Amino acid sequence: MIIMKYSFLDKSLYEIKDKVVSGERLGFVDGIALYKSNDLIGIGYLADYVRRKLHGKKAFYVYNQHLNFTNICLNRCLFCAFSRDDGEKDAFALSIDDVRSRLMERINEPVRELHVVGGLNSSLSFDYYIELLNTIKEVRPDSTIKAFTAVEIDYIARIGGLSIEKTIARLKKAGLEMIPGGGAEVMSNRVRKKLFPRKIDSNRWLEIMEALHSAGLTSNATMLYGHIETLDERVDHLMKLRELQDKTGGFAAFIPLAFHSQNTRLSHLPGTTAFDDLKNIALARLMLDNFSHIKAYWVMIGERLAQVALSFGADDLDGTIIEEKITHMAGAKSAKGLSRAQIEYLISSAGFTPVERDSFYGKIG
Amino acid sequence: MNKLDRTIEKAASNERIDFTEAFTLLNEAELLKLAELANKKRQRLNPEPVVTFVVDRNINYTNICISGCLFCAFYCPPGHADAYVISKKELKEKIEETLSLGGTQILLQGGLNPSLSLDYYIDLLKFIKDNFPVHIHGFSPPEIAFIAEKSSMSFEDTINKLIDAGLGSIPGGGAEILVDEIREKISPNKCSANEWIEVMEAAHKCGLRTTATMMFGHMEKPEHIIEHLMKIRNLQDNTGGFTAFIPWTFQPDNTRIKVEKTTSVEYLRVLAVSRLFLDNIQNIQASWVTQGDKIVQTALVFGANDLGSTMIEENVVAAAGVKFRLPKEEMIRLIREAGYKAAQRDCFYNIIKPH
Ligand code: SF4
Ligand code: SF4
Repeated sequence: MIIMKYSFLDKSLYEIKDKVVSGERLGFVDGIALYKSNDLIGIGYLADYVRRKLHGKKAFYVYNQHLNFTNICLNRCLFCAFSRDDGEKDAFALSIDDVRSRLMERINEPVRELHVVGGLNSSLSFDYYIELLNTIKEVRPDSTIKAFTAVEIDYIARIGGLSIEKTIARLKKAGLEMIPGGGAEVMSNRVRKKLFPRKIDSNRWLEIMEALHSAGLTSNATMLYGHIETLDERVDHLMKLRELQDKTGGFAAFIPLAFHSQNTRLSHLPGTTAFDDLKNIALARLMLDNFSHIKAYWVMIGERLAQVALSFGADDLDGTIIEEKITHMAGAKSAKGLSRAQIEYLISSAGFTPVERDSFYGKIG
Repeated sequence: MNKLDRTIEKAASNERIDFTEAFTLLNEAELLKLAELANKKRQRLNPEPVVTFVVDRNINYTNICISGCLFCAFYCPPGHADAYVISKKELKEKIEETLSLGGTQILLQGGLNPSLSLDYYIDLLKFIKDNFPVHIHGFSPPEIAFIAEKSSMSFEDTINKLIDAGLGSIPGGGAEILVDEIREKISPNKCSANEWIEVMEAAHKCGLRTTATMMFGHMEKPEHIIEHLMKIRNLQDNTGGFTAFIPWTFQPDNTRIKVEKTTSVEYLRVLAVSRLFLDNIQNIQASWVTQGDKIVQTALVFGANDLGSTMIEENVVAAAGVKFRLPKEEMIRLIREAGYKAAQRDCFYNIIKPH
């Protein structure tokens, strides 16, 4: 049994503790109370309680490779440092041959998962996406392809002139096995209007996720925080995800994404602080009682804080990514890649047991 | 009840913990438990929810050093192309800039340079004091021991001469790990553990306040960390002269010691145990130069109540490839976001400007 004897500095957390210990679901007001509290240790204890019940001392990571096939994007969201207009100096789109050689560069490494995302590039056809998946499967038959956010799936359906269901079926047949959680940002129409007006709205995002889950595909979910969103909008976002998860059970992990403003049109905004990062991890662990895994994405919060986050509700450090582009273009100070030994050392020196996993949290070896 | 639980209870009830108890906590306690205990101790010793910092500049008057410590990426042997002794002009500019940025003190440190005599140091201090209203926090124990030996004077006489010339307090650098077995490996030519303690004792007797530091994460074992804390605590029981304790981690890049860099969790554990063990030292400083903004903010619930300096310049650590910079405004922001009030302090931890 796990005991929690901590005397909370923030007395309002006692009520939440009772709920957590008895397994009662937290509500909107609980979420707000947690965000507003500065009893960071208390919040950590609550999240760690849940984390331990689910995973004990295990901490997962995956040996993965990121592949960004194009940075040309029609949406040009204000918070995005990665995207470019067609014709801009450092705009790129990888040909299928480029993709093949990218994969071949690391063919001797035991890569278990390929994380494949790109912009909405009008010069790429429906067939390109199919070929992209076919090629990856051909070069890497034993790796899982985790590709295309819901935003891209919507776009692929449009350029293919197909329904979402048919599109998903085609992509699945070509090798798609899992969907990353990006593109929801924070599910608020107010924020959408200001920061990502051209991107699909939250209803559509949820609809696509539901369709993916019904087609038997697993996905992740994310939340981009630390820009102009309010605490209410954050909690609301988490509750919407929880609701869909009740219905489909198709989400594998939730990943809070800390906003990096450098090189974006929101560069006046300061970065997130450790308190906010750790609270977002802990809140996710506490609110999302129907999600198995909470990921501390070290690329965004730095490997040093991600290590600490293992005691604040996170059970997964993502991957041994090499050559991460999207966040580093926005000025992330984290390392560009971690080796397996480095990630295992981060985990074990924090007192946890490293478990290498596949995309679906199966243990490797 | 097992040893760990007994120790936790003892620490929670504010009793002094001994060597083996500190060892048990460092090795076995859960991270959040250490935070809880250290935070409680912090609240007992510093009940106000205030986090302080100082605006100062680190001035390295020379980088020539005969010590050749294995972990040092800063020094140059005499005669090296990059070797320097600071000019008065440069010194003047640096201090003027410090004062114009609201700075109140300078941290004056340098290598063990065989061509400098006691007169050089006295002249340096006098020059600064004659020209600027600035507090001089200068010369760590290895420098004092070096100057004393060169002038064949006792530590006390040396320190008194420096005080007369304007020295205001002594930084706790050069302590590394106060265990000779380790010092012989990483800094064989530097003062011994005993000499370090003796310099500090002499300084406290002469009426100077000092800080104490610890650099860990190289060749030491956990018991050496506790031994270090023990030596500091014993001296503090006698003199009460330490204002603050500052643990920081060895930065292996560009140095001759090849080890894995200490992780943030390891740092936070040592920080928390330091807060618990050093019950007679008022302030614990988090090291943003080695830890970065996110971990020092986290450190505020692991016993730290001070963020040190806004450091306008930090040559020694910068040379080892660390690039963390934290301007004053950013420091204030992260203190506030953690729910504390921010305040600028002087060298003696008096608040001079609340923010
Ligand atoms: S966030 Fe995605 S959709 Fe928005 S501009 Fe960047 S790449 Fe395009
Ligand atoms: S750490 Fe100090 S004493 Fe050692 S080599 Fe560097 S400057 Fe000299």
